[in-house]
Amino acid sequence: MSDEHGPVQVRGEVLSVRRVGGYHHMALTAPGVAERTRPGQFVALAVGGPDTGLVLRRAFSIHRVSSRGVYGGTVEIVFAVAGAGTAWLAAQGAHAIVDVVGPLGKGFSLPREPGTATLVGGGYGSAPLFTLAEQLRERGCRVDFVLGAAAADRVFGALDAKRMASTVAVTTEDGSTGTRGIVTDVLSDVLDRSRSDVVYACGPMGMLRAVSAVAAHHGLPVQCAVEESMACGVGVCMTCVLPVVGDDGVTRMARSCVEGPVFRGDRVRWDDVGSIPADTYGAPAGGGAAR
Amino acid sequence: MTRFTVRTVPAPDRAEQARYDLRTVLGSFELANPVMTASGCAAAGRELNQFFDVAALGAVATKSIMVNPRSGRPTPRMAETSSGMLNSIGLQGPGIAAFLEHDLPWLAEHGATAIVSIAGSSVEEYSELARRLRSAPGVAAIEINISCPNVADRGLVFACDPDAAARVVSEVRGRSAPSVPVFAKLSPDVTDIVSIARACVSAGADGLSMINTTLGMAVDMDTMRPVLAGVTGGLSGPAVKPVAVRCIWAVHAAMPEVPIIGMGGVRSGLDALELILAGASAVAVGTAIFHDPSAPTRVLRELRDALVARGFGSVADAVGHAHRPPEPHPRPGDEDAVDDLETAGAEG
Repeated sequence: MSDEHGPVQVRGEVLSVRRVGGYHHMALTAPGVAERTRPGQFVALAVGGPDTGLVLRRAFSIHRVSSRGVYGGTVEIVFAVAGAGTAWLAAQGAHAIVDVVGPLGKGFSLPREPGTATLVGGGYGSAPLFTLAEQLRERGCRVDFVLGAAAADRVFGALDAKRMASTVAVTTEDGSTGTRGIVTDVLSDVLDRSRSDVVYACGPMGMLRAVSAVAAHHGLPVQCAVEESMACGVGVCMTCVLPVVGDDGVTRMARSCVEGPVFRGDRVRWDDVGSIPADTYGAPAGGGAAR
Repeated sequence: MTRFTVRTVPAPDRAEQARYDLRTVLGSFELANPVMTASGCAAAGRELNQFFDVAALGAVATKSIMVNPRSGRPTPRMAETSSGMLNSIGLQGPGIAAFLEHDLPWLAEHGATAIVSIAGSSVEEYSELARRLRSAPGVAAIEINISCPNVADRGLVFACDPDAAARVVSEVRGRSAPSVPVFAKLSPDVTDIVSIARACVSAGADGLSMINTTLGMAVDMDTMRPVLAGVTGGLSGPAVKPVAVRCIWAVHAAMPEVPIIGMGGVRSGLDALELILAGASAVAVGTAIFHDPSAPTRVLRELRDALVARGFGSVADAVGHAHRPPEPHPRPGDEDAVDDLETAGAEG
């Protein structure tokens, strides 16, 4: 049964839904979720209301939590409308009831010693990075941000980033704000200037792959929160898997919902995401023999 | 009837419900209640135990276990469809050795009734699995998955051929402890499910599980290519419930003495009752778990309310009820009888 660290399932009440640039920001009550949440963890929401035809949960990384205040525990998420489920969420008003399961997955690991951390967010993938930045700051770490998106209205949280980071670099593919280009165009410079010790990243898989390569080039550890499509979010459906190398050097198809969503960037076989590498444990071609 | 009266079902009497005996009997296999998890939707129970006590269910059917560890199929493995989903997981799992070391003992320690689902690509593999399970404590029953659609060769779906199905069932029945009931899980993707069911029962199956997913496919409207990396996948969820009801109905009509575990699209107590009325003696909750991880206990609660509201004294009284001739028409002026019938109709 549920313990003090495990997820809970609660009926959340929507407090507000508002547009932020090209995204939606939702705050809802979720008693018990806030108290347990670590940066990088996520919630899985049921969408569509009772008797909905939308049978799968939608997973959202947790932007912020508050365990105090007039509403008790609250959770905030940021999302883009990408289909019927997110459209339904965006259309909910205050007092709507949404079934919440969380917090789920493994969050970011924090460094034991004070150091310098560079946080890289792509689109609304930056959402979980601000509570991470606050906790890093509380531990005496210097924080630098790199935020990238297709266009200015898709850069999420630049003002928050400026408030808590030593430097903030913004890139947009159309050049509508910041540097024209993608995050990895400026990341090397940021890492050099800040003398970064560690990189944290959240965003599309292509970005995470590129950020991991830059971090590796600089010899830096990198933690990536992946965005894999999930059906359940709690570890039973086996749909959100990707090839990850374990401590024993063997590649396994790891569930991003329970073994992630945060993985060491050097352990994810980014080039093989979407396939079963031949040497994967249990692969059809007799893989996993390495063990 | 021209009169139409609306009457709400009386508020359930909690004390009466607490006393309600939900036990169900599937041949020699007795369960404390008729609701279980469906194989493939609950892993081996551990994850769901965070949300409810898995020992409170009639049983936990594990994800199908194979002889060797298996990586499964490439991603995307899942596509949401109208009131359902397609999956092409491809039986990812740790293999029987790890299952016996970690998963089965966990289920036993937590007091869960374990139905172990097994899958193989040859009769020999099923035989090996049955042999390994024979000496393992804590196996309440075996469910033979002969109907997983996510295999490269459709010719290997044993449940699509009566002789192949019978060979697997006979081998597993023969290798398993006589006291452990063996259920064969059938595919709806056959011309005549009754002939497959007969073959399995003749080969020694103690009961049948119906239905596995039905093969489907979806095309992505952006890429204009198949959504699933495996191209086709198994359709599950509320969309397939009528298919499950039809299969259970047909097999129960042909062999009313054969115990059936019903599954396919159950997400409420009324859904569970529908499968029971068609002929199932127990009901498994599958895809609904993805939408609501505590669905199995909710379904159990709702099923109990639904049985009480309809005046069934036990689960057994409701099994196959839909096959019985309708009760005589109520006499004019018999208000109570009219109300009861109309309530049942409006609820159903």
